[in-house]
Amino acid sequence: MDARTIPIAPLLPAAAANTPRVKDAAFEYLTTRKDELIGWARKFSLFPYPFVTACCAMEFMAVSASPYDTDRFGAALPRFSPRQADLLMVVGTVTHKQAPVLLKVWEQMCEPKWVMAFGVCASSGGFYQNYAALQGIDKIIPVDVYVPGCPPRPEMVIDGIMQLQDKIARSSHPVVTDTF
Amino acid sequence: MAAARDLETLQRELVPVAGAATVSHGCFVFALAPGELAPTARRLRDEFGFDVLLDVTAVDWPGDALRFEVVHHFYSTAHKVRVRLKTRVAADEPVVDSLGALYGSAAFMERECHDMYGIGFRGNFDLRPILLYEGFVGHPLRKDYPKQREQPLVPYRD
Amino acid sequence: MDTLTSFPNPVRSIFEATRDDSVIVNIGPSHPATHGTVQIIAELDGERVLRTDVHCGYLHRGFEKECEDHTWHNLIPYVDRLNYVSALVNDFAYCDAVEQLMGVEITPRCRYLRTLLSEYSRVVDHLTCVAAGLMEMGAMTAFLYLVMVRDFMYEHLAALTGARVTYSYGRIGGLARDLPDGWLVRLEEILVQYEEFVGRVHALVDRNRIFIDRLRDVGTITTADALSLGCTGPILRSTGVPRDLRKDTPYLAYAELDFDIPVGIKGDNYDRYFVRMREMDESVYMIRQLAQMLPEGPINVDDRRCTFPEKTLVYSQIESLINHFKLVMDGPSVPPGEIYCAHEAPNGELGFYLVSTGGGTPYKVHVRSPSFVHMGAASRMLDGGQLADIVPTFGSINMIGGECDR
Repeated sequence: MDARTIPIAPLLPAAAANTPRVKDAAFEYLTTRKDELIGWARKFSLFPYPFVTACCAMEFMAVSASPYDTDRFGAALPRFSPRQADLLMVVGTVTHKQAPVLLKVWEQMCEPKWVMAFGVCASSGGFYQNYAALQGIDKIIPVDVYVPGCPPRPEMVIDGIMQLQDKIARSSHPVVTDTF
Repeated sequence: MAAARDLETLQRELVPVAGAATVSHGCFVFALAPGELAPTARRLRDEFGFDVLLDVTAVDWPGDALRFEVVHHFYSTAHKVRVRLKTRVAADEPVVDSLGALYGSAAFMERECHDMYGIGFRGNFDLRPILLYEGFVGHPLRKDYPKQREQPLVPYRD
Repeated sequence: MDTLTSFPNPVRSIFEATRDDSVIVNIGPSHPATHGTVQIIAELDGERVLRTDVHCGYLHRGFEKECEDHTWHNLIPYVDRLNYVSALVNDFAYCDAVEQLMGVEITPRCRYLRTLLSEYSRVVDHLTCVAAGLMEMGAMTAFLYLVMVRDFMYEHLAALTGARVTYSYGRIGGLARDLPDGWLVRLEEILVQYEEFVGRVHALVDRNRIFIDRLRDVGTITTADALSLGCTGPILRSTGVPRDLRKDTPYLAYAELDFDIPVGIKGDNYDRYFVRMREMDESVYMIRQLAQMLPEGPINVDDRRCTFPEKTLVYSQIESLINHFKLVMDGPSVPPGEIYCAHEAPNGELGFYLVSTGGGTPYKVHVRSPSFVHMGAASRMLDGGQLADIVPTFGSINMIGGECDR
């Protein structure tokens, strides 16, 4: 998908998560089962990095607390270090001044990583069509799930998280080599 | 009432300096020459008790010879009344005096005014961009800056 | 191997390290405790902060420029998103400014309802500020309690306005719609819940040794400094000065209400926390008074310059059709002039400076935002403290990015 990956370690070749399943006749059964297991584990232990900027933060706080609660998805603990997080939730408007910061944080995250554009400003710039706002974060980083809304209701955010979980469950998770 | 009498004094004493005093929706408005801005602000603070500088902003009138109108708002916590000082400067030398020596709040507000309109403030040595970023060319709130001209810092992916 | 992109730094620090043993540390702008998007470049001597350079502007979304392109009506959603924690106060302050400029007088029911909703928004804002501030010091329980009450209020306001956070409910000349049935009954239920939960938070925090040690005498500011630096609102009141626009220059229905102005004693973080808690109690008291005082009558003033005509008339009478068309396409026609109108927002004095040259679109809409001015005062409160004190001090200033950077 995106070429900007950071090599993990000299021992393992470069891993590319979120790639579509590669048909490999010999290990197909093993690969599928392995992917399902790892997908299940990863989708229920998301560590969000809430890259919070603006009004959507209010709904982010609401969705983390009761009665909406992201803890049900295993995504309760926000990790404020990009090295420890795997879900970058970009919450709110990203301006051109903030864009380098967003890019730096995304690049510092290790594979596998996913990006949720929380709110319409992160998805497409919202109604700030002017010199200051970045018209959608997908202009600078790849996005996995878009949750529109100004701000989105917590139910929409939960729907977005569940769709992301389906995506994680469906995708292949090469952990040993870049195909297995 | 003491407050009203002080305000009459205010109006009477500042009018010869200001030249015109109007009341706009509960706020005294004085139009001044740029050189009189700092002395008048000092008098407002010391003699009349206007202890809070609320706001520094500018209005761009591109058709006029004196293009920018720099507007200061002051508030007196004792008299509970506001004053607006307006100054006109030309486009080729949009500089007024800074009120940083009188009010601490002037620092950030003058930075913003400089960022948005390009107004210079004599005496404020920190006019770095505050709302915009290093490398932004132009002053967006001027009427000749197109609203949608973006200056991205990060190159877009394709 | 190094595939990190390099790009120019959006800000420039104003100082270099002044001593051999001091370290310059960058805090933010993506940081859990800087409430969104503020960058603090601090020079540290061990754990002690020598001086700070506060950089805001990471959420500058071009509000003023955007407003010049929209009609007076259409920019109400932008106004909402200034102080997005208490969005209704922004709506009403802006609509009040335009109404004064137009010479429109709102109906009594609208006046009382706007006052009630302003106080409701104040409670929501202070709940959020206190909850976030306490959570940043580790009191997760208090955060969850207060956010639960806040969630009840959000759902309640969604029943009235259609949205939970940013409502766009104010209209020039009135409000978008009247109260639904049962809204006031639910209001009383929520206020009872509020009292219970806030009582629990008081029990957890007020006399807690840890919080007193962390908040007392930390982030102190004197009255003279606060006034000179333009602080208003809870920051000024925490220094002991009972200045509040609701009492000093009453607007809406505040002159008819009975309420007190809580003040602090030292101007430190503990005082700001307590001033906010007491202000919430005063707001709840005011809401209860207003719920009793609410008169019957129309919500919108019957003035065709700003109020949309009834839909049945729009579809049957040509004059109403033209009126509606003009209001939508051109916007309400505001006579030439300028106005500075300020309301007491939860953060302090929120002022709108509007310049009109006639017509339906504004020439200039400027917001005097309390958060931006308080960012200028932040250095004074942060310098000389400890690194760990930056977090609660910054939380007690309640910088809201949308308002600070506009």
